[in-house]
Amino acid sequence: MTRSPDQFVLAARVLHWLMAIMIVSMLFIGVGMVASVSERHDWLLAIHKPLGIAILVLAVIRLIVRLRNPPPPLPADLPALQKLAAHASHYLLYALMLVMPLVGWAMLSAGGYPVMLSHSLRLPPIFPVNATAFAILRHAHAWLAALLFLTFLAHLGAALYHGLIRRDGVLSSMTGIRHEPE
Amino acid sequence: MHAPPPLSRRSVFLRFALIAFVLLVIVLAFGYVGSWLAPQRLTAQRMVNQLQANAGVFPGYRRNHAKGVCVAGYFDSNGQAQTYSVAQVFSPGRTPVVGRFAVPVGNPYAPDSSAPIRSLALRFAQANGQQWRTGMNSMPVFPVATPQAFYELLQAQQPDPSTGKPNPAKVGAFFAAHPETAAFLAWVKTAKPSASYVTNSYWSLNAFEFIDANGEKHAVRWRMVPEASGDAVGGSDANYLDADLAQRLAQGPQRWHLMVTLANPGDPTDDASKEWPSDRREIDAGTLVLTSTQPQESGECRDINYDPTVLPHGIEISDDPLLPARSAAYATSYLRRTSEEAHLPGTAAATTKPETK
Repeated sequence: MTRSPDQFVLAARVLHWLMAIMIVSMLFIGVGMVASVSERHDWLLAIHKPLGIAILVLAVIRLIVRLRNPPPPLPADLPALQKLAAHASHYLLYALMLVMPLVGWAMLSAGGYPVMLSHSLRLPPIFPVNATAFAILRHAHAWLAALLFLTFLAHLGAALYHGLIRRDGVLSSMTGIRHEPE
Repeated sequence: MHAPPPLSRRSVFLRFALIAFVLLVIVLAFGYVGSWLAPQRLTAQRMVNQLQANAGVFPGYRRNHAKGVCVAGYFDSNGQAQTYSVAQVFSPGRTPVVGRFAVPVGNPYAPDSSAPIRSLALRFAQANGQQWRTGMNSMPVFPVATPQAFYELLQAQQPDPSTGKPNPAKVGAFFAAHPETAAFLAWVKTAKPSASYVTNSYWSLNAFEFIDANGEKHAVRWRMVPEASGDAVGGSDANYLDADLAQRLAQGPQRWHLMVTLANPGDPTDDASKEWPSDRREIDAGTLVLTSTQPQESGECRDINYDPTVLPHGIEISDDPLLPARSAAYATSYLRRTSEEAHLPGTAAATTKPETK
């Protein structure tokens, strides 16, 4: 396998940027469709469900890629607290990528809704119909989305900090853009 | 990794400022899309808040059409509609139905004669797991065509704090400013609160699209036409509808015919305030048979959100702007009442005893 020791493998980079677009879109679609009473409500909802399942599938693939290809190490001189924050936020991002679609799917199941990914494709329920469970899962879906949004902001802020201020190769390990010193 | 050349203090500051700016723009965009930073935009939450402002909050109950009763039965399709829609419910055969009759009021303890309108919501559970949900009203047209106009109607109807009743001047001003309400106003002039749920026809109001086997779309509206007849008007008793229903069902199942109206080209599909001409082609798609009733506090209909955009393959929403608004507002109402049922923190405590009003 071709890989330089200070970069993520190509599969990891492709998955990262593809899912970055999908997940950030998903967050905006989610808050937009819940608030909207216009025709946006219905077409955003129609995107939200299949996109969520696509994220779930990609997240599983990504987890496998990650476990088989350990990421490049963080810079040795990174302060311990920042290392801890980096590791913790990545565990959190992976957990949320996997949990958010499952909570959404379970929530629709508990609410007794058919889980329609398109006009004709229906997923089976993964939770018994129960109004109390629906309410809890529906709130959990919103709170976890808020947590995911904050984690994304922290992740983006940290990436830019590494790329613009520390310039320690952490950002380029994922962009693949390398400025080789002379 | 070679150490990059050090940055000046000014350069570090500017780069931190750039990062902060990028994050701020994202947060503001998120707040705008989520409407927290767009207080003038009509949202589902604001719509439901207005319903609550008009009627009060009755924990665990729907925010509108709060007074109602569960029913159950089935739909026997005769196959006549399957030329126009591939939905399984229209193949010849039987589909189980869980429904709900209601009075369009926000107060579940309001008298049955509070409004001259009844509603019927149905959930058809197809064998393939897909569902058709519909919420119909006992009137052929809706007062307004858009969510914004409906919101303004609710605002105009908000009780005046000094009298506890809507200000007739505000309501009058609304109708004067909204000529699209003419058809509804003409209808409501002659409407009386019926003594029974089962003698009414129930209209879909909104238009939908049937999709046939070739993928062709057919704009439709539908209505349930009762086999029972009668135009008796409800009495002074506050609760006569449920007793009437139970008594009729004790004598036997109650039946309606599902009449599907096919639009001609050019008939408006985006305006529920206008009836289609009466000469449009109609199909009798089958018979709705209701066999039993349960109180809404314990019946299966309690936890069903009769969102009219929950549709099986073969039926799709039209361009009627009221449909997404109904979907969004019903979802908000459903979340609030299920949260109250679940006794989640921050929700109103559920009450079981009726308000004395």
